[in-house]
Amino acid sequence: MSGGAGSYEVAVAGTGLHAFGRFEGTSVTDLGAAAVRAALLDAELAHSGFDAAFCASVYSGVAAAHKVLGSLGMTGMPIYTVEAGCASGGAALSLAVESIRSGRHDTVLVFGMEKMSAGIIRSSFFEPWREEAGLAATPAYFALRARRLMETSNVTREHLAEVSVKNHDNGVRNPDAMYREAVTREQVLASTMVCDPLTLFMLCSPNEGAAALVLRRASGAGGEIRLTAAEVRSHLPGSVLGEATPLAGLVDDSIPAPTTLAADAAYEAAGVGPGDLDVVECQDTDSARELLSYEELRLCPPGEAAAWIDARHTHLGGPLPVNPSGGLLSKGEPLGASALGQVVELTLQLRGAAGPRQVDGARVALGHTVGRGANAGVTILTR
Amino acid sequence: MRVSDTFPVRDGLFAIVEGGTPLLITGRCNDCARLHFPQQSTCPYCAATTVTQELLDGEASLWTWTSVLREPPGYRGPVPFGFGVVELEAGIRIVTRLTESDPRQLTAGMPMRLVVDDLHTDDEGRVVQTYAFAPVTDMGVPPDTDPPGADGEAG
Repeated sequence: MSGGAGSYEVAVAGTGLHAFGRFEGTSVTDLGAAAVRAALLDAELAHSGFDAAFCASVYSGVAAAHKVLGSLGMTGMPIYTVEAGCASGGAALSLAVESIRSGRHDTVLVFGMEKMSAGIIRSSFFEPWREEAGLAATPAYFALRARRLMETSNVTREHLAEVSVKNHDNGVRNPDAMYREAVTREQVLASTMVCDPLTLFMLCSPNEGAAALVLRRASGAGGEIRLTAAEVRSHLPGSVLGEATPLAGLVDDSIPAPTTLAADAAYEAAGVGPGDLDVVECQDTDSARELLSYEELRLCPPGEAAAWIDARHTHLGGPLPVNPSGGLLSKGEPLGASALGQVVELTLQLRGAAGPRQVDGARVALGHTVGRGANAGVTILTR
Repeated sequence: MRVSDTFPVRDGLFAIVEGGTPLLITGRCNDCARLHFPQQSTCPYCAATTVTQELLDGEASLWTWTSVLREPPGYRGPVPFGFGVVELEAGIRIVTRLTESDPRQLTAGMPMRLVVDDLHTDDEGRVVQTYAFAPVTDMGVPPDTDPPGADGEAG
C-alpha cells in the first residue's frame, strides 16, 4: 500500500471537462456544473452519490462550490472550496485523496472552475504599492526566470519557441483546447514581444473552463486507474524567483524549488521514479516554465532541457511526451481548473482513450502545477 | 534636483544620506544573520523577532532582467521600463526596477548601482519615487534618459 499509515488506495472513477476558452454569457457556476455533471455521468454515479466535494477556484468569490452544487440540487455533504493560486486544483485533489486514504470517505467529487478576463491577471497577492511601483507584472517574473535559464544553460530563444510549437501541435488534436492552430518557430519568435525573451505565443492565456473528477476507494479490479500520489508542497524561504515572488532572496541557488519538493514526495508515495513515467502534463504558463519543470521534476538531468527539446524527447512520439493535451499554452489557464484538467487528460491517456494524441501504452502518468503562494502540486496516476 | 515635492512609493525602502546618495534599507537578523528586504520585525528565514536595520550601499551586479512594455495593473508610470534582479555584494538578491529598458543593453553580471527613480505624479502633485538600479558605465551612472514629461509630470 502506498500513501502512509494504514491507508486505502484511490481510483479515478470518472472525469468531466468543460472546454477551456472564452464563453460569454456562461457563468462560472454553469461552467462548474457542466464539468460536474459530465464526471458523475462518466462514473455512472447516482445524483448526490458522493460523500464530500472538494472544489478549486481562485476568482469565483464566496462559497463558489456551494453555488455549483446548489444549482444541481446536490448538497448536504461537506463541501470545501480551496484556493492555492495556479496549484489550487492540486491542493483540492490532495485533500480529496487524503479523505479516501484515511477511510473517512468512500467516494468524493473534486472539481475546479474559473472565469477570467484576458490579459495580465490582477492579483491581490501584490500590495498596492508594489503595483504602483510596477512590480506586479506577472509575465515579467516569468521573463526573469526565462532569462536566468538562458544565462545558466544552453537554452535559447529557439528552444523557448519550440516548446510553444510542440504544445500547439498537440493542441490541434484536442477539441477542448482554446487554441487549435499549429504555429511555426518563426511565428512564435515574431509574435508580439511581451517581456523579453517571452513573446505572446510563449505565454499562456488566463481564460475560462472547468474540470471534475470522481474518486473512490479502489476496488482492486483490473484496469482501474489508480491515483497513487497527490502531493502539495510550498516554497522554502530564500529563492528570489520561486513562485512566491518575494522582493528579495538569499544568494543561494541550492534551495530546492517547491516543484522538486512535491515531486520527491509524490515519487516516494507512488513508489515510482521519473524513469518510470510514460506521459507528463506539466505547468507551461510560459515556455521556460516547462523547461524548468523538466529539471525540477527530475525528468532530465540539470542542464539537459534544451537537449531534450532538440531531440524531440518530449514531443508526441518521443520517449516521454509532455503536455500531449496541448498544455496551458494551447488550452489557456483557468486557474482552478488547470490542474484537474491535467488529471482528466492523464486519465484519458491511461484509459487509451486520448484519440489522436494518445501516448501508446501509457501506464504511469504525472501531472504538475505550480503557482502563487508558492505552492506546487504533483499527481501520479497508474494503470 | 527636482523642485517638486517627492514622496516614496512606500516608506522603509530606501534612505537618502547627505550628498544625495541613496541607501537600501534592509533588515539583518540578530539570530541567523541573514539579510532581508524590505525590513520586517520578524526574520522571514528563522522567525527570530530581533532584527537590526542595515543600510546597504547600492553596489550590485545584474542577475537577470527583462523589459515591461505595457502598463501592468495599478501602475501609472512610463513604459517601457526595465525590471530585474540584482545581487548586492552584502549577499542578497533584490527584485527591482531598472533604469535601462532596452534588454539588449544589459548583460549578466554587469555592475549596477542603486538610484531613486520617478514613477509618476500623484493627485496631490507629488512626484512618487521608488528604488531602482542603473548600469554603472565608465562615465558613472548615466543621467535619467527619460524625455521630459515622460514620467507623467504633466498630469
